[in-house]
Amino acid sequence: MLIGISLISFFIMHLAPGDVTSNESSFNPKASEESRQKLRELYNLDKPVMVQYGLWLKRIVKLDFGRSFSSHQRPVLWEEKDKNGNITKGLIQESLPITLLINLLGIFIIFSISIVLGTASAIKQNTWVDRSITLFVFVGFAIPGFWLALLLMYWTGVANQWLPISGLHSQGYLSLDLFSQTLDLLKHLVLPVFVSSLSGLAGISLYVRNGMLDVLHQDFITTARSKGLSEKKVIFVHALKNAILPLITIVGLSIPGLIGGSVIAESIFAIPGMGKLFYDSVLMRDFPVIMGILTIGSVLTLFGNLLADLGYAWADPRVRKGIIK
Amino acid sequence: MMHHPSHTITRTITLLILIFNLISCSNNESETIDYKESYKLEGGGNLVNAMVGEPSNLIAMIAGDSASSVIAGNIFNSLIKYDEKLNYAPELAEKWDVSLDQKTITFTLKENLFWADGTPLTSEDVLFTWKLVTDPKTRTPYASDYLLVKEASAPNPKTFVVTYDETYAPAIDTWASLHILPKHILKDEDINNTFFSRNPIGSGYYQLDQWISGQQVTLKANTKSSQGPANIKYLTSRIIPDTSSQFLELTADNIDLMNINPIQHQRVFPARKDLEQKINLYKELGNGYTYLGFNLKKEPFNDINVRRAINYAIDKDEVIKGVLLGLGEPVASPYKPGTRWNNANLSPYPYDPNKALSLLKAAGYQKNQSGLFEKDGKVLGFEILTNQNKQREMTAVLVQRRLKEIGIDVTIRVIEWASFINRFIKTGDFNAVVLGWSLSLDPDQYNIWHSSQQGPGQFNFIGYNNKEVDKLLEDGRKELDPSKRQKIYYKFSEHLLSDSPIVYLYAGYGLSAVNKRVQGIKTPAPPAGIYHNSYDWFIPQSLRRNEMAN
Repeated sequence: MLIGISLISFFIMHLAPGDVTSNESSFNPKASEESRQKLRELYNLDKPVMVQYGLWLKRIVKLDFGRSFSSHQRPVLWEEKDKNGNITKGLIQESLPITLLINLLGIFIIFSISIVLGTASAIKQNTWVDRSITLFVFVGFAIPGFWLALLLMYWTGVANQWLPISGLHSQGYLSLDLFSQTLDLLKHLVLPVFVSSLSGLAGISLYVRNGMLDVLHQDFITTARSKGLSEKKVIFVHALKNAILPLITIVGLSIPGLIGGSVIAESIFAIPGMGKLFYDSVLMRDFPVIMGILTIGSVLTLFGNLLADLGYAWADPRVRKGIIK
Repeated sequence: MMHHPSHTITRTITLLILIFNLISCSNNESETIDYKESYKLEGGGNLVNAMVGEPSNLIAMIAGDSASSVIAGNIFNSLIKYDEKLNYAPELAEKWDVSLDQKTITFTLKENLFWADGTPLTSEDVLFTWKLVTDPKTRTPYASDYLLVKEASAPNPKTFVVTYDETYAPAIDTWASLHILPKHILKDEDINNTFFSRNPIGSGYYQLDQWISGQQVTLKANTKSSQGPANIKYLTSRIIPDTSSQFLELTADNIDLMNINPIQHQRVFPARKDLEQKINLYKELGNGYTYLGFNLKKEPFNDINVRRAINYAIDKDEVIKGVLLGLGEPVASPYKPGTRWNNANLSPYPYDPNKALSLLKAAGYQKNQSGLFEKDGKVLGFEILTNQNKQREMTAVLVQRRLKEIGIDVTIRVIEWASFINRFIKTGDFNAVVLGWSLSLDPDQYNIWHSSQQGPGQFNFIGYNNKEVDKLLEDGRKELDPSKRQKIYYKFSEHLLSDSPIVYLYAGYGLSAVNKRVQGIKTPAPPAGIYHNSYDWFIPQSLRRNEMAN
């Protein structure tokens, strides 16, 4: 499976015209075609695609993701030590934590808010509450992220100096104590996380709303109500539990998304995350980096699917019994 | 050349709208400062600027991106530099002598040169750097100029001698762009993969203080600088890919300096008195131009009348007004206006549609029923290719409109850079292009215009072929006497203008916005630009930002 995925991505990548030498200084009259040909040979780019894939595969089975072409041979995945003990950090190693942090915060916020909103609009179905929640999440979904981001940056950063505008740290960050450092980082993350979560609310909250409505019309809810249980208990214990079961699948499926960042948000907020790394490496035709990110992404996708299935079995006795049978 | 995909224009427009929307509710509490006429020079402070891309590394010969060369330029020195009038001036070398046969150059280094770590800098380092750049194992695209050196030697610690096979006039320029690297650190290192590239030791005004990946690069004044001390103590370059965000940081006073675009210069700043109060704008002519280039190997561009007709039919002033909001100049030669090599006697083809019409008729074209020119049943029309660059796209549209008016049918196609180069330029599969050349300061343009440079991947991709120009370009490379060289390149520019293989469209201004706390910037900008004396800039104590550290 993984070999299939990597083979296809490798070939698609090579279908795009050009290689790293056609970007780097390609239109500088001082850089001659012979020098560029020499570079192509050094990077094995002159060999047939199949041979290049073989070379890549040979390295990857040893978990060696190789070195980036365009950023001076920096390791793609993890740090390396040279003979003098100097450490050069890997590209993914540096970009991944921040993207993970933003996405985890985002997912946490999306799910917690969506469950509340979805439940509320299901209970108050077809009232003004339901309608305004739906309107809100759809506006959030439809609003262009970069536009909202700039607007908020202006409002919270320029017009009022409440939050930093862009970047991850303030000047002089390293001289702060740990607590202030964390606070500084969180302040920088407020806007990016908010903007990226807003568009995710619509999908999940509608999921919850519809799941909830489905469940509320089922017989066991009627039974629960007829037993004389309080409405609170009916909704939060009996209905909600069943309504959010499908969310397990969504959580599982969003695991590969955890390592992907949004290019636009990262560019606007000047956050060095995975989205920008991937986008830049595609533009630079930096094949080792592209393949590194794609491989990790596909591993995580497979892993996420497995996790979703297992999570389902854990949460839902009906599925578990089916497996045992 | 810049080929960053830019959505900046759209963003800027959005930004404009939002600024006008929010301007009413902006209550900037920061008190307005009354800037004095002049300030006493004070060392120290931190200059924060913004750049769109992160440097790939700080060894310029391997890097190739502009961010790298800008930062490396503060850390390393070359033998020679350009002064504010773009003449050669001493940097590491106090003088250089050219032998009588014009084939040998002897550089004499200055006294008491040191690397930032205290080791003396000698001609051994220069020799080492030359060996490095010409080593086939070094992954540099810039080797070819240095491979022309037949023999290089360092007879004593202060002297470096190079001998060329043949006289090579651009040689001096090549020694103004090669950063000298420290032999004592790099001699056992693999230059392609060394820790040094992110932790360099140089000899320039600054040394690396801290590099936070993807976020910022901070330089600190080098106390052992070979050129004397710089005034400002810290130079911080923040990496902010989006120019609208940069602009917000500038207005919020978090950065001191950024490059701006014509819309910001001409529309946003004049509308914002509060910004004009604290920010100075500077403009300087860049060393490049944008052009419409023809594929001379193809019909109808092999006909000089057609090329000239198109040249007359395009209104360059309109393009400059429309695309650059007037922040550019028309050019008539491939050299920067106001410099030694630019032939001021030449003027661009004026906008003259009638002349264009008569030239097309002379070339045998007739108008058909739909108002388009036609010859032998074929309509006169072509496709303009350009890469994803808003200014070039807009330029192409204006060109299209003017050509339509006189009866030439033009379509436009916009393509991503790598595909553009590999699929169309290298294969010669194009009609016309809107592109730009950004050039070095030496007048030699052999690679671009000599008829021998038409192979795939070479730079005369439009297929220009003129025996007289070939001869001039060959002579220009062998002539070291500046006034004789000037005559040669004047003549070369005349041919180029009269043959009209490309239509010169404009040379745009580089625009910078700098907070007024930065003092000592020369205005109007000298030919070398405002940055050439950035080491003399200073930030008076009273105007400094309240920094947490430093």
